[in-house]
Amino acid sequence: MAVLDARRTPQPTAAERIPARYWVAGALLLLMPGIANDFFLYQVFGWAFILGTIALSLQFLAGYGGMVSLLQMSVAALAGYVVAILGTSGTASISLGWPWWVVVPIALVVACIFATVVGALAVRTEGIYTIMITLAIAAAFFYFTRQNYTIFNGYSGFPGVLPPTVFGIDWRRPVPFYYLTLGVAVVCYLVVVYVARAPFGLALQGVRDNPRRMAALGFNVFWHRVLAHSFAAVIAGLGGILLVWQNGQVAPGTAGLPAVFDILVVAIVGGLRHPVGPFIGALIYVLLRAFAPDVLQAFGMSGERFKTVVGLGFLAVVWWSPDGVLGLWDRWRALRAEGRDRLTGRVRR
Amino acid sequence: MLGRFFERHPFWSVVIALIAALLLWAIFAPWSAGVEEVLGRKRIFLNALFSGITLGALYFLVASGFTLIFGLMRNVNLAHGSLYLIGGYLGFEVSEATGWWLIAFPVVFVVVAAIGIVLQWAVFRRMEGEELRQTLVTIGLSIVLADIMLWIWGGQSYTVLTPDWLAGPAELPFITGVDRQGEYTYLRFPLVRIAILVAAIVLGIAMWLTLNRTRIGMIIRAGVDDREMLAASGVRIQVVFVGVFAFGAGLAGIAGIVGGTFQSLSPGEDIRFLLASLVVVIVGGMGSIPGAALGAVIIGLAEQLGSVYAPTYSVVLTFLIMALVLAFRPQGLFGRSR
Repeated sequence: MAVLDARRTPQPTAAERIPARYWVAGALLLLMPGIANDFFLYQVFGWAFILGTIALSLQFLAGYGGMVSLLQMSVAALAGYVVAILGTSGTASISLGWPWWVVVPIALVVACIFATVVGALAVRTEGIYTIMITLAIAAAFFYFTRQNYTIFNGYSGFPGVLPPTVFGIDWRRPVPFYYLTLGVAVVCYLVVVYVARAPFGLALQGVRDNPRRMAALGFNVFWHRVLAHSFAAVIAGLGGILLVWQNGQVAPGTAGLPAVFDILVVAIVGGLRHPVGPFIGALIYVLLRAFAPDVLQAFGMSGERFKTVVGLGFLAVVWWSPDGVLGLWDRWRALRAEGRDRLTGRVRR
Repeated sequence: MLGRFFERHPFWSVVIALIAALLLWAIFAPWSAGVEEVLGRKRIFLNALFSGITLGALYFLVASGFTLIFGLMRNVNLAHGSLYLIGGYLGFEVSEATGWWLIAFPVVFVVVAAIGIVLQWAVFRRMEGEELRQTLVTIGLSIVLADIMLWIWGGQSYTVLTPDWLAGPAELPFITGVDRQGEYTYLRFPLVRIAILVAAIVLGIAMWLTLNRTRIGMIIRAGVDDREMLAASGVRIQVVFVGVFAFGAGLAGIAGIVGGTFQSLSPGEDIRFLLASLVVVIVGGMGSIPGAALGAVIIGLAEQLGSVYAPTYSVVLTFLIMALVLAFRPQGLFGRSR
């Protein structure tokens, strides 16, 4: 039916094919600095875009590759560490002070190589084993950065890692930083959407659904999975660099296990089915994190218990809607569509 | 079995025998000055070795429950570390309140096993076979439990007091060196650690015997191999599941007391022991008790010897062992290939 309709009506232009809600969201995000104050721009939206970007790399691996990897936060932190080590930081004895346009690409390459090597180990296992092994590796990364003083400066890490001043703009100020994180998030989102429809992404989804059949068709299952890790590492690395710039520091705790689990929580709560999910999850998480202490105190409880609230919220989402907020949205649409005739799509009166 | 191994792998048998002989020599013979120059003091080596083995015993207590639960039910319980920490805190409270170290063990075992029963009955039974969901739910549970424990017991660290009859060192018949009078000095090692080591070995043997020589063990082994057929042959498999889960959880709780006695209890220990049991089980092979024992000793030794001879890289050593096992034997040393 839809095919016939499409043939009769003239083809819509590229701009018309984008649904209205994308235009609304885009305009809102672009105009946000006019509405929101600095706290919202920097602490809420900036952080949500960064967390969303890192979680997006997990969404790509888990949603399209079927590999739930807990390594993404470690990869992000590694990129942040490289920026701190090669660039400028408060730990002048280790940092080399190279310019940002050298440091950032190197950081991404290092993160990519790390993820490729570790990914090659992780893809030897499947399903739940992947989770366990990536969890173990992530924890090893955390302990290693905490114990190593020659490169990673141990417990204290690197304070004073700031974004550079480019084109005469100080990118640490709230409005420029907002646009920086927004830009990176949007580019990563579009790249993931594109790759998911490109031959590589389609093959990856095939590998997710039936590795044996894909192998029989001549696809190299192993390398598709490993390269998915490499690709996701670039996205996670970008997020990690932004995270370090936003916090102004990187330390072992950046990739501690709570942070590792946070990324998983963000991606799952948002939904793994579509790249927009991690960003929704990140926004929910950041808002909860920012305001749960106040709400808890309003109810007479200690504000420190927000982790329990976040954990319980996560449990509730996983319990009732395993595919996150996106799953709820789909179910709501399906519920609304019940009012329509399944065959013709017309609204029943 | 040993003879057949020699026939099949003559080269590796010789290598293993050589390593074993070298180890025995290093443990029993007094080291000459030249050897001590290269390897350091013998007392330090022996201490690290024994600490590693006792740490391995602790890891075995935690990981054997984890591997049993995973092997039988394919349940991934990432809240296992939380059970360990709950057990430790409860054991601390009980032994403080009653003044009896030993009574803490049955109390904690029962309480934590009850928590395990609730977990299995309320959570895992509802999502059988959905591994990802189980993982996520248990991660959520461990986050909540960790925060609640932080709420109740705060951020400081606790140590369960060793009872008098186990306090102090014991002299072991291992020569550490020669003193000025020309007499041998012997290794002194905390008595409580020896007791724990012996208890872990006894427990391990008892578990192995139960699994391999009794009817219950037969049912559990059958369940590991083929759950559906076992259920079809009339065994009430859910009851078996609950029992095994309760036992594994109780073991983790007891391990909490043990860990609280010769180390300390603080927030973050739950994650540490979850990680340890993950690595132990990955190295040893999922669902295998002998595998858990071997993996635990390997990881315990790697941590202790690593922290003495290469302090910065002891974690990397652990990780390297795991990576090597994964690269050459993905199913683990004692695991069956899937």
